[in-house]
Amino acid sequence: MEIKGTAWKFNDNIDTDAIIPARYLNTSDPQEVAKHCMEDADPEFVGKIKNGDIIVAGRNFGCGSSREHAPIAIKVAGISCVIAKSFARIFYRNSFNMGLMILECAEADNITELDELGVDPEKGIITNYTKDEEYTTSPVPPFMKQLIEDGGLMKHVIKKTGLGA
Amino acid sequence: MITGEVWFKVPPAIKFIYTGSLNKWVGGKDLILHTIGDIGVDGALYCAMEFTGEVIAALPMSGRFTMANMAIEAGAKNGIIQPDEVTRKYVQERAKREFTFYESDDDADYIDVREYDCSKIEPTIACPHLPENTKPISEIGDIELDQVVIGSCTNGRLDDLREAAMVMRGKKVAEYLRAIVIPATQKIYKDAMKEGLIDIFIDAGAAVSTPTCGPCLGGHMGILAKGERALATTNRNFVGRMGDPKSEVYLSNPAIAAASAIMGKIVTPDMI
Repeated sequence: MEIKGTAWKFNDNIDTDAIIPARYLNTSDPQEVAKHCMEDADPEFVGKIKNGDIIVAGRNFGCGSSREHAPIAIKVAGISCVIAKSFARIFYRNSFNMGLMILECAEADNITELDELGVDPEKGIITNYTKDEEYTTSPVPPFMKQLIEDGGLMKHVIKKTGLGA
Repeated sequence: MITGEVWFKVPPAIKFIYTGSLNKWVGGKDLILHTIGDIGVDGALYCAMEFTGEVIAALPMSGRFTMANMAIEAGAKNGIIQPDEVTRKYVQERAKREFTFYESDDDADYIDVREYDCSKIEPTIACPHLPENTKPISEIGDIELDQVVIGSCTNGRLDDLREAAMVMRGKKVAEYLRAIVIPATQKIYKDAMKEGLIDIFIDAGAAVSTPTCGPCLGGHMGILAKGERALATTNRNFVGRMGDPKSEVYLSNPAIAAASAIMGKIVTPDMI
């Protein structure tokens, strides 16, 4: 399955306070936090993205406070996938646990804002249709892909155990 | 836990060796800020940071906790210190069940080993807007402040409060500056009260809060307005961290923060 979307670029060290500022964390409602996604990195962000678009960032995306609202805000805002040169550890784990697709790609710098991208997470290939280039992503173990497919850790556990059925 | 399975990545380890002896007004906070300044906010991404050396052996638990607390600001999975008699005493006073101490293998693999001569480390300040933007205090210049926060999970232990109180005793915080003191736990709060530390803070004109994350993440009690600048003993200084995206946060140890609250700008206790 290929994900297609427009690239929105961010720098290195985008922290969770920039992804979802704490001043909006008086609610955990996914729809509400999504309204402020990336606000302190780009206040216009939510207004200009289309459903399925892709965030492309530099090193250490998601550093700072552990905040599951960060991957939730990105996912519910309509972003299909985050590509970065590297991810901060807690954000990395939170993303898989929340079911947000994230991919490490050493060549993320080759992508320019508004490039049209196609992502095949199964094969680990990113196609840049605008530049006619292909990049490879770091491999993800099958059980972690399963977490994303199941919609995050909670849904994965419910499915696996049959609880909540 | 319901499935009996948890997913982990095994972290590579980096060893940090601290040699020599600490300068005046330098503690665990300065060591970790100096280290993050050296390796960057992703310098230990997904790694274990092991802190060792004669300086660490002489460091009290409070300073060790501060270092471990901020390992994440270098991207690390954990910050660890081999347990010793200092650890044993601390654990024995608190543990409610049997405990086991683990030691690093003699032949453990490290992806990097870094050594710091602590005689060269000054009180260290992280400037906006990343913990890696560190400067020795001698190079900080004239930084005027609107707010000082002393405490939090990073620097709210009894030793930290003692240090701050020693500096603030009999002095008054600068006019127009908000000084907020936040003990890390209720026990520390009570101990500080018994020692008279809370009296010192209140008499100096500081506000003492119940343990809370509060201003550290712009939650409540000391949210920075546009254009305001704070010095905090907390662990993060990202854009908008303590309030308005146009505010600024500097990070320091508790003694520097206390002296700076008195003077209304970033200084060492020797300058008040």
